[in-house]
Amino acid sequence: MSNYLLSLAIWIPIFGGFGVLVAGSLGDDSKARATALLVAVAGFLVTIPLWTGFDVANGGMQFVELQTWIPRFNINYHLGVDGISMLFVLLNAFITIIVVAAGWEVIQNKVAQYNAAFLIMSGLMNGIFTSLDGVLFYVFFEASLIPLYLIIGIWGGPNRVYAAFKFFLYTLFGSLLLLIALMYLFIQSGGSFSILEWHKLPLQLGPQIWIFLAFMISFAVKVPMWPVHTWLPDAHVEAPTGGSIVLAAIALKLGAYGFLRFSLPIAPDASHELSSLVIGLSLIAVVYIGFVALVQSDMKKLVAYSSIAHMGFVTLGFFLFSAIGIEGALVQMVSHGFVSGAMFFCIGVMYDRVHSRQIADYGGVVNTMPKFAALFMLFSMANAGLPATSGFIGEFMIILGAVKLNFWVAFAAASSLIVGAAYTLWMYKRVVFGDVANHHVAEMSDINKREFAILGVLALCTLGMGLYPQPFTEVMHASVNELLNHVNISKIH
Amino acid sequence: MFDNFVVPDLLPAAPEIFLAVMALAILMIDLLVKDSRRTVTYLLTQLTLVGCVLIQFGTSTGEIVYTFSNMFVDDLMSDLLKLFLYVTVFVVMLYSRGYIIERPTMNKGEYYVLTLFATLGMMVMISANHFLTIYLGLELLSLSLYAMVAMNRDSVTSTEAAMKYFVLGALASGLLLYGMSMIYGATGTLEITGVGERLLSGGVNKSVLVFGLVFLVSGLAFKLGVVPFHMWIPDVYHGAPTSVTLFIGSAPKLAAFAIVMRLLVNGLITMAADWQMMLIILSVLSMAIGNLAAIAQTNLKRMLAYSAISHMGFMLLGITTGVVSGDARYALNAYSSAMFYVIAYVMMSAGTFGMILLMSRAGFEADNLDDFKGLNKRSPWFAGVMLMLMFSMAGVPFFVGFFAKFSVLQAVVAAGYMWLAIVAVLFSLIGAFYYLRVVKLMYFDAPADETPIAAGLDMKILVSVNGLAVAGFGLFPQMIMSLCAYALLRSL
Repeated sequence: MSNYLLSLAIWIPIFGGFGVLVAGSLGDDSKARATALLVAVAGFLVTIPLWTGFDVANGGMQFVELQTWIPRFNINYHLGVDGISMLFVLLNAFITIIVVAAGWEVIQNKVAQYNAAFLIMSGLMNGIFTSLDGVLFYVFFEASLIPLYLIIGIWGGPNRVYAAFKFFLYTLFGSLLLLIALMYLFIQSGGSFSILEWHKLPLQLGPQIWIFLAFMISFAVKVPMWPVHTWLPDAHVEAPTGGSIVLAAIALKLGAYGFLRFSLPIAPDASHELSSLVIGLSLIAVVYIGFVALVQSDMKKLVAYSSIAHMGFVTLGFFLFSAIGIEGALVQMVSHGFVSGAMFFCIGVMYDRVHSRQIADYGGVVNTMPKFAALFMLFSMANAGLPATSGFIGEFMIILGAVKLNFWVAFAAASSLIVGAAYTLWMYKRVVFGDVANHHVAEMSDINKREFAILGVLALCTLGMGLYPQPFTEVMHASVNELLNHVNISKIH
Repeated sequence: MFDNFVVPDLLPAAPEIFLAVMALAILMIDLLVKDSRRTVTYLLTQLTLVGCVLIQFGTSTGEIVYTFSNMFVDDLMSDLLKLFLYVTVFVVMLYSRGYIIERPTMNKGEYYVLTLFATLGMMVMISANHFLTIYLGLELLSLSLYAMVAMNRDSVTSTEAAMKYFVLGALASGLLLYGMSMIYGATGTLEITGVGERLLSGGVNKSVLVFGLVFLVSGLAFKLGVVPFHMWIPDVYHGAPTSVTLFIGSAPKLAAFAIVMRLLVNGLITMAADWQMMLIILSVLSMAIGNLAAIAQTNLKRMLAYSAISHMGFMLLGITTGVVSGDARYALNAYSSAMFYVIAYVMMSAGTFGMILLMSRAGFEADNLDDFKGLNKRSPWFAGVMLMLMFSMAGVPFFVGFFAKFSVLQAVVAAGYMWLAIVAVLFSLIGAFYYLRVVKLMYFDAPADETPIAAGLDMKILVSVNGLAVAGFGLFPQMIMSLCAYALLRSL
């Protein structure tokens, strides 16, 4: 059983998703919802042993599964997790439950397909985080575009078609270059698609730089890094609440994860060579995009831009090449999964009641929705990086790491704490405080039990991780050290 | 006077002989069958194809066998391609059944007999080891297809398409013949393996040979439908009755691949440096024009025509990368990837045209893109099938189209043509756009008409199986991949 945990984590949601479609066509919408929740919970339960049974002293791959898949090209069904990927499998399975719950009453159109798309995507993304074979990774990586394309296009806002196409073509462009890089490595390694073998493959600087650039375009689009970030605000604004949550909480992590699994260990010399490029782009994302967020009038766009800024922190942390930087970035990724998911859910809660995302249409929400306002406050603070919330830990670690590298890099990164506080709290002030702005706000009812439960769980995660990050960081140490071993040893001989 | 007459070994050609006899028999039997009982003809046709499959299995030796004075060859490559050919034609006939019953002008015995003759032509092409055999098969195929395109004789577009097809097809045959005669002039033989041997032994006039090669490649390009010899494809696909488009858009690709292999690889491999350059140009142009022009189409059949052009261009990449500066190490890998690509493409193409037939009914052709609007509301299942087919065509995993692109691309990268791989993926990115648009119409738009799909149960099952095969072979592509590799290993 424990040997197949990862396969279960991948295939329970995927087959469950098809099951939801069947349940939806045989029964009614409520059957589809119930099945979806069941599948999501089952999918989460099978991932829990990954954490409880995880050996923190082992920096290598655990729960490994290896089957031949396509011997013609030596492609294997090779799965495994280490301290870097394990948390994301759990986060993904957890967020899937949140998403199914978040669409419970809101989605009334094609309920079965909605839930099935999210479940299938969840399974595919678990596949991305656990693949140890290049082609298997790529297959999951690209296949996960299909459900999200449909989610944005079917249940999205007025401009959904444009957003769906932009999302799909942008990310496909990136992944096609990744495919060529994978094939090049296949040839260079004498016919192996094993990612772990590629980590040991000696390469000259020239090829390393090309590989690094191909990887970088692919992952930078996914992260997204400035200047290839423009698809994200469009996708977020048009996507339904569930889509935004998955996009921010999980999909953005895929690109960052790719940097850790591919770019850094496979092309370490190129990574060092080009680190100033990545750090520069990250700082632009952190500072400039922070200011862009400040002027947004649409709440979803504001949080979308703030996501880009937070992911800028993550890529910055990676390219400090130190344990504290990479661990900080990983903590930041997990934290951002909770916080941004919660922020988008909060906006969704308000949107369901008023049908507007414009900040100007709100004001004085605290008067009609006190419970909601309190929870929203917590997540806004976490988004701004307030100590004692999870948002603080990661950013603090990354800034610490950056100081060691260069004071001005750390200074620029730290300035975002101020900008981040400014745009988040200013938005919060305009939406929540003040007098009741109009009759729409006056008619808003406070969150119901379902919404309270979702926000409550997310709040516990945010606070728990902020107050006691130890369980999260301890699983990372060994794997991050293993990664640094690969990154800090030159492959050029 | 019969002293020199040796009865050739007929066994390697047994499926061809069986099919020819059956086609003639069906032609006669059909005269006795009333229009209302055409099912008899249909069943006999399908039985013939099943019989061919059985005979093919029964007579296959796995060795390379020449017969009819080396004019005809039976090897594993031809066995495999012919088996896929029978299956494809069988499926095509199944798909077309409902369509032609609803259109009485087409439901004639000739339709079935012409299909069988076209199949025979393709079989001869696949097994040809002689320029004349190739030409014989090609003309048998082409003449049958011209007539089939014009089958719906009251339709102006069909007649126009048939005329265009005939004129351009004749021109292409002329080019091919001219090229063959030049090569004959240079080498003194019409036998394909013989040409290969003469070239190896040297002393051949290179300029005449290259001159002939240019015409040969042009003729092949016409038949494959790659740019700049693609003009007939959109018109014929669009103008022909959909069931005939389905036929033209699927099975002949297998035969075209076979004659490219026979002529260029079996015969002219020593000239690889020359024809590879030509194929690269044809291939890049096809991917460019095919993908860009497909975006502008509003008719689904025309869109698929341009998509076929781009797919054939992509397939040529595989053939292009077999020999790198005289080194044939990658040949098997490259040619088998192209073969896998063709088979995968035929599978997807048959499914897509099958969807059009499924949506059509008497007096209504569902061949406009807008006819697919809101399909998800009308039938979520068939919208799902079309979704799989479209993403497969676009080369998105987990569908067979992805592994087709994957295997060709890895051959290109292995041969060191990195720039070619990048060009190919960039054009498939452009290609993804118009496949996505079909998905958009089905899922994001409201339906224009709400009528449920009226097709028969057999049709529905077949389209479903076809769609699931595209997904199934995408999850487990190993079987076909290794079959292709093994067949070529034993045949080259």
